[in-house]
Amino acid sequence: MKAMMNAKVEIDNVTKIYSGNKKNSQVLALDTTSLKIMPNEFITILGPSGCGKSTLLRVVGGLEEQTTGHVYLDGEEVFGPSSNRGMVFQAYSLFPWLTVEENIEFGLKNNGMTAAQRKEVVHTYIELVRLNGFEKHYPKQLSGGMQQRVAIARALANDPEILLLDEPFGALDNQTRTLMQELLLEIWEKSNKTILFITHDVEESIFLANRVIVMTSRPGRIKADIPIDLEHPRPYNIKVSPRFLEYKEQLTELIREESLKAMMEVK
Amino acid sequence: MEKLVKTEEVVKRPPLIPLQNKRNGKPKSRKWLQPQENIPHRLYIGISISSIVLLFAVWSLLTYSGMVDPLFLPTPTEIIHSGVILFTEFGFINDISITIYRVLAGFTIAVIIGLPLGILMGTFKVVEAFFEPVISSIRYMPASAFIPLFILWIGVGELEKITIIFVGTFFSLVLMTAVEVANVRRELLEAAYTLGRSNFGVLRSVILPASIPGIMEIIRLILGWAWSYIIVAELVASSSGIGSLILESQRMLKTGNIIFGILTIGVLGLLSDLILKVSIRKMFPWHYGR
Repeated sequence: MKAMMNAKVEIDNVTKIYSGNKKNSQVLALDTTSLKIMPNEFITILGPSGCGKSTLLRVVGGLEEQTTGHVYLDGEEVFGPSSNRGMVFQAYSLFPWLTVEENIEFGLKNNGMTAAQRKEVVHTYIELVRLNGFEKHYPKQLSGGMQQRVAIARALANDPEILLLDEPFGALDNQTRTLMQELLLEIWEKSNKTILFITHDVEESIFLANRVIVMTSRPGRIKADIPIDLEHPRPYNIKVSPRFLEYKEQLTELIREESLKAMMEVK
Repeated sequence: MEKLVKTEEVVKRPPLIPLQNKRNGKPKSRKWLQPQENIPHRLYIGISISSIVLLFAVWSLLTYSGMVDPLFLPTPTEIIHSGVILFTEFGFINDISITIYRVLAGFTIAVIIGLPLGILMGTFKVVEAFFEPVISSIRYMPASAFIPLFILWIGVGELEKITIIFVGTFFSLVLMTAVEVANVRRELLEAAYTLGRSNFGVLRSVILPASIPGIMEIIRLILGWAWSYIIVAELVASSSGIGSLILESQRMLKTGNIIFGILTIGVLGLLSDLILKVSIRKMFPWHYGR
């Protein structure tokens, strides 16, 4: 299978069925899903909770095995997790026994760098996420927003081909979340990484992305693929611009239908 | 204009603060019986000390006044006296050291074998499936009940005492370690995988460091049990150690010695606990510190 147009990541007809302990207790979490992620794209996946969007991300990250279908990175099929697909989790994924700089250094230890080189890389990423002065702190001593900045720096320090973020700002308060969005966007503008970002927040999905993928409620399927045509760099006040609000209206409508369906389904 | 006047009126109202002060200023005693409410630190210490003082007072009253036969309960001075004699004339220090030796030997062997086994059980389901049924069932058989069997098998020497400590501590140590290790957050393992670690690398660089503080707490807890097992072991068929001294003293009606022996064991247990507690806190500042 050759990927056309050199997609960075290609998700090809992936499904995921969770099978419970009992017979016939199978749950289709992710229905046949295909998606091409181009190099340097910032894609957000928007969906109601429990729609299988995290499952999709975890399949790409190799943390979960798809039931059918394939995932390709630069045209080569991937199996299992690897450092070429960096991951940022919702919260509490830092190693509590390591300091900020040791956390960021963690992934560098198995790619043959000297201690001096590692130190330099760590320093670069500490600057990137503006944590100077906190190098020797333990995760416990940091606020939630700072912890997520370390998690982003740790994933980026490994120089992955794609960065996968699973609702990384979901546990943060509104103000911190807004600042983190700006920081992440700034990092993306500087580094031109390919990013796949999961969220259930409409505003967040538009503000960050150049493509928003809307997913249906369970079973998860791609419902809409909406390119976001907003300028870069994006100032924070773009969120009140008419074009932004148009997108917001459109996406809110799409996601509302799904949330309603999801709500009814629970019973 | 009217609105302005109204706001002024509001401002002119008597401030609420004095009222609140009055409420806050009520004697703290009110809070003593409020569930889970903190009390002042000094008060806490004071009450703690008073309980010990009270115990001594009751003890002294009962014994010095002659209300209780000294055969059942000697006076505090008599017990200190027996202690001095035990150390100076009966080489009590040897008994203490042999008891410490047995506890440490048995427990060290249990840790050396039990820790790796527990870690493997907590990490790999295959290992757990194999060992869990046997270990869980032996765990609830009291170690002291095995004493006659061990005497039959290996005699009454040092090995028997050490074996009892081993059996008394090993099985719980393995199971508790396995649970601690299995509870390492999954996100940490997944983060390590996406940072390029292998299965073995995750065991070494995530599972071990993440669970070590908890494992040390388990060791601390179980070492406490070892002190009671050793006394049981020494009460049955032993010619040395604190337990055998307690038994001999009972035969000779030396109540002071019995109590002094019990106190010694208590102090030993407390000391080992304290040493571990302090060193654990020092070793893992990331786990406890702020």
